Amino acid sequence: MPDRYDVLVAGAGPAGLAAAQTAAAHGARVGLIDAQPRPGGQVWRHDVRREAPRAAREAFGKLRDVDVLASHSVVAVESSGLRVETPQGGRLISYGSLILATGARELLLPFSGWTLPGVTGAGGLQALAKQGWPVAGKRVVIAGSGPLLLAAADTLRKHGARVLGIYEQAPAAVVHAFARQLRHWPARAVQAIGLRLRLAGVPYRLGSFVRRAHGGDGVQRVDIETPTGTQALDCDLLAVGYGLVPNTELAQLLGCAMDYLGPHPHVSVDRLLRTSVGGVYAAGEAGGIGGLAVARLEGAMAGHVATGHSVAAHALLPQRDRERRFGALLSRHFALDPRLHALAEDSTLICRCEDVTLGELGGFTNARAAKLATRCGMGACQGRICGTALAELGRFPRDGARPPIFPARLATLAGLTTLPSDDAYRGS
Amino acid sequence: MSAQVKLSVNGLPVEVPAGASVAAAVAQVTMQFRRSVSDTRRAPLCGMGVCFECRVQVDGVAHVRACMTAVTEGMQVTTDA
Repeated sequence: MPDRYDVLVAGAGPAGLAAAQTAAAHGARVGLIDAQPRPGGQVWRHDVRREAPRAAREAFGKLRDVDVLASHSVVAVESSGLRVETPQGGRLISYGSLILATGARELLLPFSGWTLPGVTGAGGLQALAKQGWPVAGKRVVIAGSGPLLLAAADTLRKHGARVLGIYEQAPAAVVHAFARQLRHWPARAVQAIGLRLRLAGVPYRLGSFVRRAHGGDGVQRVDIETPTGTQALDCDLLAVGYGLVPNTELAQLLGCAMDYLGPHPHVSVDRLLRTSVGGVYAAGEAGGIGGLAVARLEGAMAGHVATGHSVAAHALLPQRDRERRFGALLSRHFALDPRLHALAEDSTLICRCEDVTLGELGGFTNARAAKLATRCGMGACQGRICGTALAELGRFPRDGARPPIFPARLATLAGLTTLPSDDAYRGS
Repeated sequence: MSAQVKLSVNGLPVEVPAGASVAAAVAQVTMQFRRSVSDTRRAPLCGMGVCFECRVQVDGVAHVRACMTAVTEGMQVTTDA
């Protein structure tokens, strides 16, 4: 396979798949890289037991003219391309245009007991179950915020889990106001009603959140705050996710400007999805959480623009704008209750890689000072979990990305032609 | 779809569907994937390759993310727990 592509797409979820397929249809030589062993991203992740949704199967079927480079993790940016790690070793891939379709990860907030085995993200447990994680017969509590909780519950039940309840932090009045808005979005309403019908019998409690998890070698019980008081529930698995945050590390490494809606950055793009760096585009969640429909439309738009077909991209704008409005509606209604920012106690571990507690972080006003004194954020996840949580908690923003953006083997780093200088990233 | 893959986790034989993750195979044997720096037991959190809590040793290679790795026949997996 060539090491240079006209269009290189980073991320093989719905946005990246649409981008790659669209660019290839214009005759470009296209490479599609993803760290996972199979394309699909999170929402179209392969399920060992169930067939993929039709839209996903169709997207996978249109990759004939695309080089799909699976298990490829980008670790650094060089002047001539991206330094990538594969199971076979390091590789430098260069490009004419680069489309960032890096998607999102779950927002995970620290609370007492969140490091116990059996406590996962909500989308996290959904992803694990799709890949064969044993959930059949297990008692599962699902908590956090947003429609993803319902989708996770649906998947888990199809895999045989006993879902004890879904605990949504947004208050009942707000969730009902959101449901009333769905009359303007008939397709979404049909989807939501279908999901609710499939989950009939599973309690869906609003204005409720997990305060604490208890257990020895694994989670055994959770304390849930509800509008009518605290409730204790025995369970085998606890899945908690507070919505999504864009993956922007690669964009930051490339020097792309960021925008902020709240404490988390997303890639700043213009109407045609151009970032502040020439030849680099961003589509889908990387440019702000918008959901599956936005991802597919923006992927196609980026594929058009990157190959010089701006008119075709413009034609998709009205539809894209409408879907972005739905995304905004969602984030407005599922905004987080400030009480969630106070869940972590002084003894709660914040940095799970280096085992740093909230108490140890008192007094620090920036990530760099906290890191130098406590090692917070210096572990394998590079602050993706703790840095994002601390930003959400209003402590301090996450440190800027620096290479390697994922832990890499020495042999891969030895291939770097430009060694990263610490000065370039100091204070970023 | 229904093909099974046989591998070993901490020396014990495990069978999972083809396409399953190493994380799924480990979970059949133990819910303790790694020991943290202060010696607490950890298992997968994010399920999507971000948190690194599911790191195990696969065929002698350390620090492999179990949730990002598909099982293969005869694979030898060792946890740190």
